Amino acid sequence: MKLAIAVLLAAAAAGCKPPPEGRHDFEPAAIERGRTVVAAAGCAACHAFPDIDWPKGRAGPDLTAFDGRGPIAGALPNTPANLAAFVRNAPVAKPGSTMPAMPISRSEARDVAAYLYGISDD
Amino acid sequence: MTDASTAFDAWWGWPPPVLDPAGPYAESVTVLAWALFAMGAIVTAIVAAALYVALAGPAKWKAKLGGEKLIWIMGVAFPGVVLTGLLVWGLTLTASLTDPIRGDEQRIRVTGHMWWWDVEYLDAAGRVVLRDANELHLPVGRPVVLELKSADVIHSFWVPNLSGKEDMIPGRTNLLKVQADKAGRYGGVCAEFCGGPHALMGFVVAAHDDADYRRFLGGERIGAPLLTEQQKVPGSLPALERRTAAGPVPAAANGGALFLANGCAACHRVEGTAANGLSGPDLTHVSRRLTLGAGVLPNNRGTLQGWITDSQAVKPGNRMPSYDMLSAQEVEAIAAWLDTPR
Repeated sequence: MKLAIAVLLAAAAAGCKPPPEGRHDFEPAAIERGRTVVAAAGCAACHAFPDIDWPKGRAGPDLTAFDGRGPIAGALPNTPANLAAFVRNAPVAKPGSTMPAMPISRSEARDVAAYLYGISDD
Repeated sequence: MTDASTAFDAWWGWPPPVLDPAGPYAESVTVLAWALFAMGAIVTAIVAAALYVALAGPAKWKAKLGGEKLIWIMGVAFPGVVLTGLLVWGLTLTASLTDPIRGDEQRIRVTGHMWWWDVEYLDAAGRVVLRDANELHLPVGRPVVLELKSADVIHSFWVPNLSGKEDMIPGRTNLLKVQADKAGRYGGVCAEFCGGPHALMGFVVAAHDDADYRRFLGGERIGAPLLTEQQKVPGSLPALERRTAAGPVPAAANGGALFLANGCAACHRVEGTAANGLSGPDLTHVSRRLTLGAGVLPNNRGTLQGWITDSQAVKPGNRMPSYDMLSAQEVEAIAAWLDTPR
């Protein structure tokens, strides 16, 4: 029985990850631009990123292993458009979010989304 | 910042600011540094040549090299003349950077604190016109006399593009002249280890034309001019610009009351309110600053909230506690209130 539950849980956990063909591909240039925007806007004041050495803020969720899994901020369907909207204007994208609107343009927000999807722990 | 070269570029750009003077005082220091380097190179070359002659030269030259006359000339007279000349040059130059005030220069008092800078703009009579922190605004092309003081330990004020280094010593007022000949931004640091987050004690210098400078002193929000080359703000990347947030920003509502109720006013002053603390940076004009935490974060609503919530994660050991007991809505309201132009 225990084994059956474990197998079931493992299967469920594996199911959380989108299949490889469902993953998003972004141009490396967009990912790199996104990284620069993240550093320049100071996102690291609240979030930890794997490739930003300092600061590693603790006020917001740790994004070290952000891999495009699960709903965005626990509420929005995980799509690049939603993620871009959320990082630019969190209070509107998810009412009640404690993350403030950030001073970045729409195209910069798309780059940030590309960068975030590129953060991988596997 | 992924690697050392990116970090280096963000901090210093290239050429490093000590070799990239932007005004007459820094220029004189740079010339002296190159002269010292050149003299060192010449002396090294002479010694190497003499060594070669002593080991492998013709016997006649060897005899000359060991003679008393050469020792008097090259061993006593030459260093005596050269070193005395360089010493006089260096001392005169250092003294010229710290000349007493003549009366027509802009005067700014900068007081070093652990680990931030208190900045007071003075009028000709020495009265404080404007109080600010962690940022220095200068008029382009005019000499400015800085009165450097310290509130606690020894700090050292250094803007490599604009002038030499000058210590800030408790109980003393040291003078330093700076001048920027082109509008732009320059990075400054504390150059004397002052404990804890000393490495995160930086500031931005912005040099404006006269009209903008007057507007700054009048308390207006002005865009600081950008350098075309790398922007030298410690710890930040080139694209940094003070921009307003993309979305709706919450109203300041009860932010002022929360600021007072949570004890922020014990350390911070906000002109025109009951907040009158003096042990932390003056926050009256924080809404128009480029950075937060003494040059460590770009200043926007997000970083302001992050700093209030957990400044200890951003600048470990700084004297502001992390206000992580406040709710997100409270932090939002306080940040909105602070971010209001005054």
